[in-house]
Amino acid sequence: MPLYEVLLQQFANGLILGSFYALVALGYSMVYGVIKLLNFAHGDLYMTGAFAGFGALSLFSGWLGGGWGGIVPAILFSMVAVGALGVIIDRVAYRPLRQAPKLSVLITALAVSMLLENVALAFTGGQYTAFTTNLGFAGVDLGMVHVTYTQMVLVGASVVLMVVLELFVSGTMHGKAMRAIAIDQDACRLMGIDVDRTIALTFLIGSALAAAAGVLAGVYYGSINFFMGFLIGLKAFTAAVIGGIGSIPGAMLGGILLGLLEAFGTQIPGVGSEWKDVFVFAFLILFLVFRPTGLLGRPEVERM
Amino acid sequence: MTEPLLKVEGVETYYGQIHALRGIGFEVRRGQVVTLLGANGAGKSTSLRTISGLVPAKRGRVLFEGEDITRVAAHRIARLGLVHVPEGRRIFRGMSVEENLDLGGFTVAEEEVRRRRREAAYAMFPILAERRASDSSLLSGGEQQMLAIARALMSEPKLLLLDEPSMGLAPRLVQEIMRTIRRLNEAGTTVLLVEQNARMALRLAHYGHVLETGRIVLSGEAAALEKDESLAKAYLGGGPRNEGVAAAG
Ligand SMILES: Nc1ncnc2c1ncn2[C@@H]1O[C@H](COP(=O)(O)OP(=O)(O)O)[C@@H](O)[C@H]1O
Ligand SMILES: [Mg+2]
Repeated sequence: MPLYEVLLQQFANGLILGSFYALVALGYSMVYGVIKLLNFAHGDLYMTGAFAGFGALSLFSGWLGGGWGGIVPAILFSMVAVGALGVIIDRVAYRPLRQAPKLSVLITALAVSMLLENVALAFTGGQYTAFTTNLGFAGVDLGMVHVTYTQMVLVGASVVLMVVLELFVSGTMHGKAMRAIAIDQDACRLMGIDVDRTIALTFLIGSALAAAAGVLAGVYYGSINFFMGFLIGLKAFTAAVIGGIGSIPGAMLGGILLGLLEAFGTQIPGVGSEWKDVFVFAFLILFLVFRPTGLLGRPEVERM
Repeated sequence: MTEPLLKVEGVETYYGQIHALRGIGFEVRRGQVVTLLGANGAGKSTSLRTISGLVPAKRGRVLFEGEDITRVAAHRIARLGLVHVPEGRRIFRGMSVEENLDLGGFTVAEEEVRRRRREAAYAMFPILAERRASDSSLLSGGEQQMLAIARALMSEPKLLLLDEPSMGLAPRLVQEIMRTIRRLNEAGTTVLLVEQNARMALRLAHYGHVLETGRIVLSGEAAALEKDESLAKAYLGGGPRNEGVAAAG
């Protein structure tokens, strides 16, 4: 294959990977923004979302078919179910610890992560579950590079979700309240904003986006498993840090960049694809050392 | 006599082991400006924080329009029309002037009403209109204070709690803030004002209370307090200074 076609192929791969990372990074970053918690369970909500979508599709495909007609309702179902799960996790596990030391909440987040993984393990017996659709491989040929319609729809769906989120966060009062509680919770209370409810809303939206990414990933890879959230959780965290943790446009940018980086990284001579994770986490370390506020993050605002 | 807008009875507040308020009581009547005075650490801010629900009272009661709000959550108290402009302004840095105002009107259901009040705020503080799209953290100290007050007015509060609005401002700006408070009061807003700048606060207020280590040690009509010898020694910086900006405490 000529070099430009290799690069084009990797660009397409990177974009898809990057849009999954971005969707997961958004929830990571939003939750960090409002309660300064690294929600280690976030990647597992992506996994749970994939299974919820799989379950819904198995039910729906009988009369809606295994194409997008069944997948879209399955995505919506998964977003609602996992969004609700995110709210419940916050209510039961994190909210009682709002005044507790950060470390206690962090450990709780690890426990929630293990709980979700082990429930999924118990249900699946650790086997891969085939995520079958009948989308086929039709698409567009650019030289030797074949981009399927499915791949285009995956990226398109991610972009649509991110645009909707951006419109919500910058254009609605609840969106503004979400950004404001990231800055000063007490000042928000004094404006009549219900901080607990706004945090719950943040979990709802963040978890729903992770669920959407989980189902899309199931469609893309064709199989899902109980452990699929672990690595993407770490990578979404990396993406959030690269973009500037707490920043919504930063999470999108960081996700896409990380996806492209990983795809192109595998093409560097002497660097096989088994090195791609090393590559990704080396970037995390570089950013943490040299630019901890990320590309679009702002330094922590000192409270007076 | 009609019931007071705000009534504070025997309120005690702790921060962990620190007994910050040791039983304070006072009233604010509709249409008044009441001021709480006292040195740094006397408990002025804690009084406001207890009233607005940011910190819980251990003992005592706070009544707003006759309703007991002692255990009511802060955001619900704000929705009742008791709005607190905290010490240090606490504007939403990183958000625009306009977004700050919008958030002040969070409880306003209709977008159209919020827009009208925003325009009223711009009419009252033209400097904010000029900077409506800029990041609020880029405003000067005086502008930030005006934004903090304008933001609180977005919900048309019945009672406005102001914590040291003159803090850190140049004398000319202090005068402007004080004129603004007087104008608000004349337009019907009741104000509970905390100040270290006692002389100036008393010139504005109808009634004043002096706090010392969590207790009210002196109360009276503002005009009488201004003449009070002991207060003059302790808080008004000794001899008469007529520029009205003598910092106390
Ligand atoms: N967040 C806090 N934690 C612990 N102690 C506090 C806190 N805020 C105030 N205090 C203490 O409570 C007392 C009253 O403080 P404050 O109400 O801020 O006084 P003022 O506003 O009159 O300067 C002081 O002794 C102060 O040190
Ligand atoms: Mg104070």
